[in-house]
Amino acid sequence: MKGILKLAYKLLVNDKAKFSALLVGITFAVFLMAAMTSLFAGVLNRASATVINLGASVWVMDPAVQTVANTIGMPDYILDAARSINGVDYAVPVYTGGALVKLADGAYQSVNVVGLDDTSLFGRPRLMQGKIEDIYGENAFIVVKDTEFAKLGNPRIGTEFELNDHRGVIVGIANVASSGLFGVPTLYTTYERALYYIPNPRFTISYILIAPKNPSDIPQIKKQVKALGYLALTKDEFMNKISTFYEFQTGLGMNLLIMTVMSFVVGLSISGQTFYTFVLENLEKFGALKAIGAKSRELILMILFQASFTALTGYGLGIGLCALVIYIAKLRLPDYAAVITWWNLGLALVMVIIIAAVSSYVGVRKVLRVEPFDIFRG
Amino acid sequence: MTPEATKTTAIKATGLMKWFGEGEAKTTAVKDVNLEMWFGEMVYIVGPSGSGKTTLLSLLSGVLKPDAGTVIVEGTDIWHLSNDKLADFRLNKVGFVFQDYHLFPRLTTAENVAIPLILRRKSWSEALVEAKKYLDIVGLASRADLPPVKLSGGEQQRVAIARAIAGQPDILILDEPTASLDGDTGHAIVTFVKKNILNEKRCILIVTHDSRITELATRILKMEDGRLTGWEKGGDQ
Repeated sequence: MKGILKLAYKLLVNDKAKFSALLVGITFAVFLMAAMTSLFAGVLNRASATVINLGASVWVMDPAVQTVANTIGMPDYILDAARSINGVDYAVPVYTGGALVKLADGAYQSVNVVGLDDTSLFGRPRLMQGKIEDIYGENAFIVVKDTEFAKLGNPRIGTEFELNDHRGVIVGIANVASSGLFGVPTLYTTYERALYYIPNPRFTISYILIAPKNPSDIPQIKKQVKALGYLALTKDEFMNKISTFYEFQTGLGMNLLIMTVMSFVVGLSISGQTFYTFVLENLEKFGALKAIGAKSRELILMILFQASFTALTGYGLGIGLCALVIYIAKLRLPDYAAVITWWNLGLALVMVIIIAAVSSYVGVRKVLRVEPFDIFRG
Repeated sequence: MTPEATKTTAIKATGLMKWFGEGEAKTTAVKDVNLEMWFGEMVYIVGPSGSGKTTLLSLLSGVLKPDAGTVIVEGTDIWHLSNDKLADFRLNKVGFVFQDYHLFPRLTTAENVAIPLILRRKSWSEALVEAKKYLDIVGLASRADLPPVKLSGGEQQRVAIARAIAGQPDILILDEPTASLDGDTGHAIVTFVKKNILNEKRCILIVTHDSRITELATRILKMEDGRLTGWEKGGDQ
């Protein structure tokens, strides 16, 4: 069997022009599909940055919340009620909101402020410089060193700024798992200071972060929170909710889906057409093989191998090219959001398998119909 | 005892019929052909274009199914075999030299010759070693690594012969072997086949209308309008 596959391989790769055209078609299609879906994955990942970075397993919010940035304040009694639910180990408030800071050079910069529970500092970032207890110091803020860090003038510990006419000072520099979607720097402080510095409506708790005693307590917690008229979601559920919003309610998902489908169609057209031509040009040879004694299933195996080999090689090249382009793009554009996930790789693989299947189906049909007698007839 | 009585039958065809098309367009290509061929013979099928020579060749070699009649090869009615068994029959019992050779231009000469061996599940390297032996038989050992397009027409014909005999078939089929060659080369090729490929355990069947090579045949079957119209002994009788 190996010999037959090697024969198929040689017939394919020795036809350099056709093989190159096939590879270019599939590589290009995979590159486009992977680029589109990885861009989307990057956007979704960044859209859930606060959820990922704070890391709470259960989030309580107003049912109208659609994204983590779109907060609707909750009254304090909800926090008390949450703390009294059976199965809750602890529950803390968190504040997230936008603000405008005035830098030392007089420039203004939008920031995202995260106010952590004063007692527990639950969800605090990992510090690269400074000590976490300094967050309790006067006017203290911790800045996240991500791709937006430079927009605050590359601050150091001790750097001062103004936030709503209040003095702020950097006491720590942290890093987080994921940068935000909107291209603004992130500052961490205590919950109380956040409320004090930033003007707020009557209800001030953005989210309540809950640590359940056991994962099995989560359904009961969700039920109790729902009885209060609010919504409790696990981390994954909240991220899915955010993803669903961007996918279906912003047009972003649909546009990227259309681009992905177009890439697939382009890839399918180029590869299908080229492979069909390849089979057509070799049809007499396949007929000769049949006359010599090759069985139909051996010819099918050869065609499937040729299509699969081309598809997988093109897939590898396409993914490699996509990774290279993202790497180069990120060198030039730190905010570039694309990220290649297993999901992207899987989707592109499924698409490329479909391309290979359709291409080989056309070829197989043609080869099965060729009669060895046609070879004699010329 | 007649000479025929001492010979072993290679192919026996009885009542062979083949037609193409339907209704008014129906054409009978082979009409009630009965024949017998023996091992050690080089039989020519001759006749004008459209007389059914190639169709008959295809019916006898397991390539085209007859509409009526039987083809017995070494005691087996080949048209009662399953598709897989028929493919095995062609692979193991028959060697084909096509009119246009049908060599694979993207493979080397040795790889082309190795194809029947590969189809017989021999490993790639083993098949190549064996293929080179057959190239040596046809005098092309030095051309083993060249693609067929670098060879002359006569050399390509010899590569096709090497491929046909690589599976050591009992029956060798040559379809118009001299059609694409000049007179001298064509004659030399068929002479070569007769001297080096024909033996007592092999039957060679050649379709031709090249009168320059008839002297080399053991027997010559004449066809016209799908019927065998007679036969004569070849030049070596």
